[in-house]
Amino acid sequence: MPPTPPAAVTERFDGSRPWALHPQVSLRPESFGALAYHFGTRRLSFLKSRTLLTVVESLAGHPTGHDACRAAGVTASELDSYERALDRLAESGMIRPREGS
Amino acid sequence: MSLVSDHPASAATPAGRLVDIFEGGLDAPICLTWELTYACNLACVHCLSSSGRRDPHELTTDECKAVIDEFERMQIFYVNIGGGEPTVRADFWELVDYATEHHVGVKFSTNGSRITTAVARRLADSDYVDVQISLDGATAATNDAVRGAGSYDTALAAMGRLAEAGFVGFKLSVVVTRHNIAQLDALKDLADRFGAQLRLTRLRPSGRGADVWDELHPTAAQQRVLYDWLVVHGEEVLTGDSFFHLAGYGEPLPGLNLCGAGRVVCLVDPVGDVYACPFAIHDQFLAGNVRSPGGFAEVWRNSDLFVELRRPQSAGACGTCGHYDACRGGCMAAKFFTGLPLDGPDPECVLGHGERTLADGGRPTPPKPSLDHSRPPRRSPVALLPARRPDRACNQSPVASFAPDLPAR
Repeated sequence: MPPTPPAAVTERFDGSRPWALHPQVSLRPESFGALAYHFGTRRLSFLKSRTLLTVVESLAGHPTGHDACRAAGVTASELDSYERALDRLAESGMIRPREGS
Repeated sequence: MSLVSDHPASAATPAGRLVDIFEGGLDAPICLTWELTYACNLACVHCLSSSGRRDPHELTTDECKAVIDEFERMQIFYVNIGGGEPTVRADFWELVDYATEHHVGVKFSTNGSRITTAVARRLADSDYVDVQISLDGATAATNDAVRGAGSYDTALAAMGRLAEAGFVGFKLSVVVTRHNIAQLDALKDLADRFGAQLRLTRLRPSGRGADVWDELHPTAAQQRVLYDWLVVHGEEVLTGDSFFHLAGYGEPLPGLNLCGAGRVVCLVDPVGDVYACPFAIHDQFLAGNVRSPGGFAEVWRNSDLFVELRRPQSAGACGTCGHYDACRGGCMAAKFFTGLPLDGPDPECVLGHGERTLADGGRPTPPKPSLDHSRPPRRSPVALLPARRPDRACNQSPVASFAPDLPAR
């Protein structure tokens, strides 16, 4: 399969749905959070908190995106910024919706 | 506050800006250049690694595999493989396969001479291998003056085979020079025509590049043209983040606006020597060797040189300049190989400070590369330039290097 061009079909993040890390994405924990590298699009993203790393890593184990956030300790007042971050990751194909749960 | 970023230059974290964190170094490089051989079938006048002849002490297949194992343990996502011409190694494909099986992605730079139809198909089928075809002009005349007769046709034939095989988004990699800067649009059109992505990098006075830098590096006026072009097209082209010295013009360009040498990038050369960056093949920037106890990880984490580079650096003569935060004093290798002090302006400082220092005789004796694998001069590969290839101290010696890139953006 040829590398996925940047304009791959992606979806907006909807926290009421189930999500998962894209299977072609590797995460590397760093002091500031983590690096995420997508082998398909060859894009690198910077996750700027350890909590966000926990959320992203655990998405597949929760019924919805919001559940993953709550389980990682994201508070109600922080939820907005985490949703925006997850939306960015969805937009670049780092995370994607998964079927059912 | 945004918790995700593709562009660390402006990205703040609770602990500070990412660039500040990066300046302190990471546990493993974000990106690493690995030159597999000094052997090359071309003799580009600006070769960063003064390549030509294979070095008898190059890493063996098994040693290369052990290095890949280590990259996997350190979670280095991918390596930029270069040379020399890396595909001339008999075990090149074996090593590429070994890397990708071990979760180390590969992007390799080639002049295209070995990209056959079969190779192109195989590359198109792989998710974990990316290709950069090197070309330094939109016309044969411009390119071949730098890369040698016939190299334009070779590169275009390779691009044609990749496109035909369905490889979308391979890279067309161009070193920006005085002679091709007027061709930026044409180069982008060329990349588009083959479904490729244009990648522009800065000419460095490293390796044989030291011999031609005066004639080939962009003029001050051209730098402005380049900057304006990048502001418009910056999101569509890759730059290896190599033009951060232009940030003094105004807005920082997309990407990592800092020198990542020994902090987030480094170079492993064909004999296993680890240098701070691909443009700094000189004893002064040699941190260690992957063959030594502790291997690459030990060099990366604990070598004296890299530890020193991760300490706060003095802004020196640039300290009073209002643009220092943007350009960070420019490129260490560019300063070093033009004979400028490392804590002063870049030779291509957009305010002209570097140029003035050079004009004032600030370049007594620019350091020569420690290594040179150039083939003995036979016919001049370059018509354009006077063949002033003086006797280098170690012209007979085996050893020297090329190739670049920063985070995948």
